[in-house]
Amino acid sequence: MSMQPVKFYQTGTFTVGNRLLAPEDRSVQSNMERTNSLNSGHRACQGCGEALGARYAIDAAMKATNRQLIAANATGCLEVFSTPYPESSWQIPWIHSLFGNTAAVATGIAAAIKVKKGKGQGGQHGDIRVVAQGGDGGTTDIGFGCLSGMFERNDDVLYICYDNEAYMNTGVQRSSATPPAARTATTMPVGEHPGNNFGQGKFVPAIAMAHGIPYVATATVADLRDLEHKVTKAMSFRGARYLHILVPCPLGWGTASHDTIRMARLAKETGLFPVFEAEYGEVVSSLPIRHRLPVEEYLRPQKRFAHLFGKTPAVATIARIQSMADKNIRKYGLRFTGGA
Amino acid sequence: MEKPFAITLNPGSSLANHTGSWRTERPVYVDRLPPCNQQCPAGEDIQGWLFHAESGDYETAWRHLTRDNPFPAIMGRVCYHTCEGACNRGKIDSPVGINSVERFLGDEALKQGWTFAPVSVNSGKRVLVVGAGPSGMSAAYHLRRLGHHVTVQDAGPFLGGMMRFGIPKYRLPRDVLEAEMQRIVALGVEVKLNSRVDNILESMKTGKFDAAFLAVGAHIGKRAYIPAGDTARIVDAISVLRSMEGEEKPMLGRRVIVYGGGNTAIDVARTAKRMGADPIIVYRRNREKAPAHDFEIEEALQEGVMVKWLSTIKQAGESSITIEKMVLDDKGFPQPTGEFETMEADSVVLALGQDVDLGLLDGVPGLEVADGVVKVAPNMMTGHPGIFAGGDMVPAERNVTVAIGHGKKAARHIDAWLRSATHEAPKKHEVATFERLNTWYYSDAPKTVQPMLDIIRRQSTFDEVQGGLDETNALFEARRCLSCGNCFECDNCYGVCPDNAVIKLGAGKRFEFNYDYCKGCGICAAECPCGAIVMEPEKL
Repeated sequence: MSMQPVKFYQTGTFTVGNRLLAPEDRSVQSNMERTNSLNSGHRACQGCGEALGARYAIDAAMKATNRQLIAANATGCLEVFSTPYPESSWQIPWIHSLFGNTAAVATGIAAAIKVKKGKGQGGQHGDIRVVAQGGDGGTTDIGFGCLSGMFERNDDVLYICYDNEAYMNTGVQRSSATPPAARTATTMPVGEHPGNNFGQGKFVPAIAMAHGIPYVATATVADLRDLEHKVTKAMSFRGARYLHILVPCPLGWGTASHDTIRMARLAKETGLFPVFEAEYGEVVSSLPIRHRLPVEEYLRPQKRFAHLFGKTPAVATIARIQSMADKNIRKYGLRFTGGA
Repeated sequence: MEKPFAITLNPGSSLANHTGSWRTERPVYVDRLPPCNQQCPAGEDIQGWLFHAESGDYETAWRHLTRDNPFPAIMGRVCYHTCEGACNRGKIDSPVGINSVERFLGDEALKQGWTFAPVSVNSGKRVLVVGAGPSGMSAAYHLRRLGHHVTVQDAGPFLGGMMRFGIPKYRLPRDVLEAEMQRIVALGVEVKLNSRVDNILESMKTGKFDAAFLAVGAHIGKRAYIPAGDTARIVDAISVLRSMEGEEKPMLGRRVIVYGGGNTAIDVARTAKRMGADPIIVYRRNREKAPAHDFEIEEALQEGVMVKWLSTIKQAGESSITIEKMVLDDKGFPQPTGEFETMEADSVVLALGQDVDLGLLDGVPGLEVADGVVKVAPNMMTGHPGIFAGGDMVPAERNVTVAIGHGKKAARHIDAWLRSATHEAPKKHEVATFERLNTWYYSDAPKTVQPMLDIIRRQSTFDEVQGGLDETNALFEARRCLSCGNCFECDNCYGVCPDNAVIKLGAGKRFEFNYDYCKGCGICAAECPCGAIVMEPEKL
């Protein structure tokens, strides 16, 4: 079942909290007792979407599992900014894996928990659950083999990918999640086809769905209630689950630090990032676009796309990106069909 | 601590790392002035009382509202609600129905029998209020709440002034008017009806009053010279409306000509219609130039009132009048065309504006009168110390809401004057403009339409035309408020901070920033729906 949006109540489900709702209908993030799994003092840049997305997701997972949660974390921004030895911002049991083997490490933890449970040494406060998390580099490129294996074996792990569309930590190099035409340190806006090339794309949620695993979902940091709903729902399944969260990166995208949530919202509202959920390989619901916008609205504020809006705008390239958005809208049923 | 192999440091928390030092700008919570509040002539904190109504706490909402205006049930019917014209929501779908929620609160208070908190202070000072209209009764209410002894004196037989003698019943039922008046009397305000003040200084002296507030209104209908035969029946609109309150209803005949284009002309025409006449309004300019509110013209037209735009009355005979057609010149002034027309008419009602009866001020030294109204200083005091004035008798726009605002303002200055002090109004916040809002966060919700009375009953009875909202849709309407410029505790800042640097203080206590960790990214300010956070440069 998809999230049931609150229809009115002044702000409905759009804001983080809503004093007019019953306490049980409020979000995890609006709670004064939220776990703040990723605490203050971390070294993420100003306005980091990943830091925000990670706290949203892990706080919700902590709530859903009654705080019985272990996280494995791939190398990447999230690990580097949160845990410079000997300090850590994490307020949950957390292990740093290599760049590429987080899914395998999480599988191992899940297996160990299963063995201990068999010996009568399970958690005293309910089952202990496992999440694996990493950036798009650690997920769609380097860790892809381990991830696919985890899916194929249907190991009891929720894998969360925080997608900021490039290797930001090491200086903004292209990953297989970098969108076409985007400038990175390795796809400079020069030559006949400036920026990243138009390849076949590698949309890992679709690949995860192809594995037929119990639950696959996408989310953004602009729709908190939807994100929390998906984490909670993922925790209601056993087996392999995959959650792909779009987390804008002010540094790599060349956007103002205060625009992080706005960029995520624009990615969703233009249709470039489809927000949906799937069970056992089939899409079961999608978050409709509220006010549809052309892709220029999303591209223009980002310096990584600045070369598209030079003296002679790259009309053909923009049209190609628009057609990608249009295809998503068709494919995932993102068209607004009424209701609040 | 015993450390494992190759480990040299104790594990620690990142809280040791005060990332606040990275900041070049800091977020700061502010309150801004919502445009509705800025617009309200009675100075209501509209956003403030809607906040309570949103959670269904109507009594607190009503008490908050009546801090500034004691007449929500009246206002909810007769106020021209310019606040709604200023409402930022109008730029999204349609303005919040402030007026209809105000009426709901006012009616709810009458239904539930809510009364004002009893006055617990006593200043020992005596204030005379002359005129029991909106301005006088508003002043009486505020002065009484400030602990003064207040006597209201009025020449008429009822409380309400122009609200009773100028506004027809179908817009303001008399039981509602009387109930809101009596609630002020119940605060301990002394009332003397049917007792005209002929000489203000004498009345103050005999009554041992320390100050006086004059709000006698404008009750004398303006006349225009119309050549008329002996038998032509020409009356003024204010007398017609006033006599509707008495035993003897005015005799106007069937074919009633109303001369004028203001709200009074509309009121008298609609009144005549309800008495079985066929009123025709004659006005020298066109509908766009008419001073009456367009919705009132529209309602009158719906009820079958006819209008002759661009016409003046040249002559009135026994059973007919002659009108001359006009054209507007380049500057929008009407000019005669020399084309005449004769219309049947049993009576002509002049609705050409009203003058003030300033007889009670004869011989008061220091007073200044210009254009038939009394000049007052910014503190509402006339040229004579201790005598203040407001409402229709001072230079200002003439409507009930402005009058109520005068009463409140004058009360504060009279209170200060009695204590030999001056009242300083607190500095107003910056206005919460539409550009400062992030409207993404508000649910889509078009305005609730108030029910209207059947057209047949509107043409033949004095039943109230506009219905009220019920509890469900009043709540809906209140929740359409965007809370412009004032935190409504949506938790957005608390949620969207990537650095967990916003501290939630609990329901009703809002939030504060933890500047030890705030990096100054500005997401909280950008994502605050109501624009209650600003980014300020850090000082070096």
